[in-house]
Amino acid sequence: MQIPCPLCGPRDIREFTYKGHATYLDRPAEDAAPEAWHAYLHLRDNPAGATRDLWYHGAGCTAWLVVERDTATHAVTGARLAREVKHAG
Amino acid sequence: MRYSGWQVLAQGLLGNGGWRPAWRDPAPKPAYDIIIIGGGGHGLATAFYLAKEHGLTNIAVLEKGYLGGGNVGRNTTIVRANYGLPGNSEFYSHSLKLWEGLEGELNYNVMHSQRGLINLFHSDGQRDAYTRRANAIINQGDDAQILDREGVRKLLPYLDYEQTRFPIFGGLYHPRGGTARHDAVAWGFARGADQRGVDLIQNCEVTGIDIENGRVTGVQTSRGAIRAKKVGIVVAGRSSQVAAMAGMRLPIESHILQAFVTEGLKPCIDHVVTYGMGHFYISQSDKGGLVFGGDLDFYASYAARGNLPMAEHVIEAGMTLMPMIGKARMLRSWGGIMDMSPDGSPVIDRTHIDGLYLNCGWCYGGFKAVPGSGHCFAHLIATDRPHEAAARYRLDRFATGRGLMDEEGTGSQHNLH
Repeated sequence: MQIPCPLCGPRDIREFTYKGHATYLDRPAEDAAPEAWHAYLHLRDNPAGATRDLWYHGAGCTAWLVVERDTATHAVTGARLAREVKHAG
Repeated sequence: MRYSGWQVLAQGLLGNGGWRPAWRDPAPKPAYDIIIIGGGGHGLATAFYLAKEHGLTNIAVLEKGYLGGGNVGRNTTIVRANYGLPGNSEFYSHSLKLWEGLEGELNYNVMHSQRGLINLFHSDGQRDAYTRRANAIINQGDDAQILDREGVRKLLPYLDYEQTRFPIFGGLYHPRGGTARHDAVAWGFARGADQRGVDLIQNCEVTGIDIENGRVTGVQTSRGAIRAKKVGIVVAGRSSQVAAMAGMRLPIESHILQAFVTEGLKPCIDHVVTYGMGHFYISQSDKGGLVFGGDLDFYASYAARGNLPMAEHVIEAGMTLMPMIGKARMLRSWGGIMDMSPDGSPVIDRTHIDGLYLNCGWCYGGFKAVPGSGHCFAHLIATDRPHEAAARYRLDRFATGRGLMDEEGTGSQHNLH
């Protein structure tokens, strides 16, 4: 697998650390109900197919990325900077 | 037909014309008392124990592919009861006891071999942790011994005792641990269930779960609708998809775990050995292949195959521990789809829907659990009460935080185990 880092270009998967589904960007408000925190921390759609997840480019530019890929085929179709995804709402 | 040495001899003399298929191939009936979704090891064991222990036989096991075609047919076959935490400790102890009587109970040779398992440790701190674990195992009533370096050398003379990065300090020896023939376990439970009247229905994919007024009423399948009073989901690897048919989101993320096997060799590794630095464990199959594996690739995947960096990492770890394996040629590698739960422990529980039961989250430890999981899940389905050995495998522990079983001590979030 290679991940197309927006800053560094396509790089080997060894340079990256996986964090989890991009749902981690949707952090509940501090006063949100416990159910919201439970869903945020634990519950997952866990798709067999297209997904978006967070990767850290630790051996490269140290940016956090939202990677678009397919869990059934390992095809990687795109990557964006997590801060841009987050601020785009 | 009852299998025996006499049958093998008689059939051999008569040209092997008398063997019959080990189970029927029935068409689905319109309704059953109980439907088990998933014809893997856990599902087949559940059906077997429902019939044997609870006298329930109006049961169908629905399998979308062929029996035992998932993780039970692709794993590293290790059977052990060396856990340290309440919950896991009593469950795996229960499962190992079932393993020890399994061949007689099933009249099927599952090639269960209690060759002993050794977890190596490489520092004073790790020795302390393994000593604590050994005490937990003994308190559970199972067997554990702490070996020093010379004790390990007697059993495993082929390790590299000169390496300085992870020097071998000793090992946690679990003599009742070992291996079994993975396919045979699925086949043995399948035959035992079939003989007791359970319908094993292959090429039958569940496409929907019917629920009326909060109660399950049956399933939709690729071979038509089937009604049922109770439905059990036992589909590790596809748990999220099947549970979604009942409107549930599970605390599961599917990961890839690779395993490897070499060409057949003469006997050289007598035990199951795990490297305490992590990332490598090995045993030798009865066919002679060295069967080994390591950690997850650590990203969500359903591809049933891994990437090369983890393959390289596992083999490097193996070479630092036992350089002799460098002369073996690798035959194949494969990847299983692991139901990873946040705390690394499984779920055997009811759901919020009456009559719908869930068995999932086996992470990378499901094989040794097959008899225990089937036995406890059957008890839950038949009596609506958890079996005491699996009472802590609750689905709500992630929401409440009570009773988390984080065996590795790394936390209870995804991607930590």
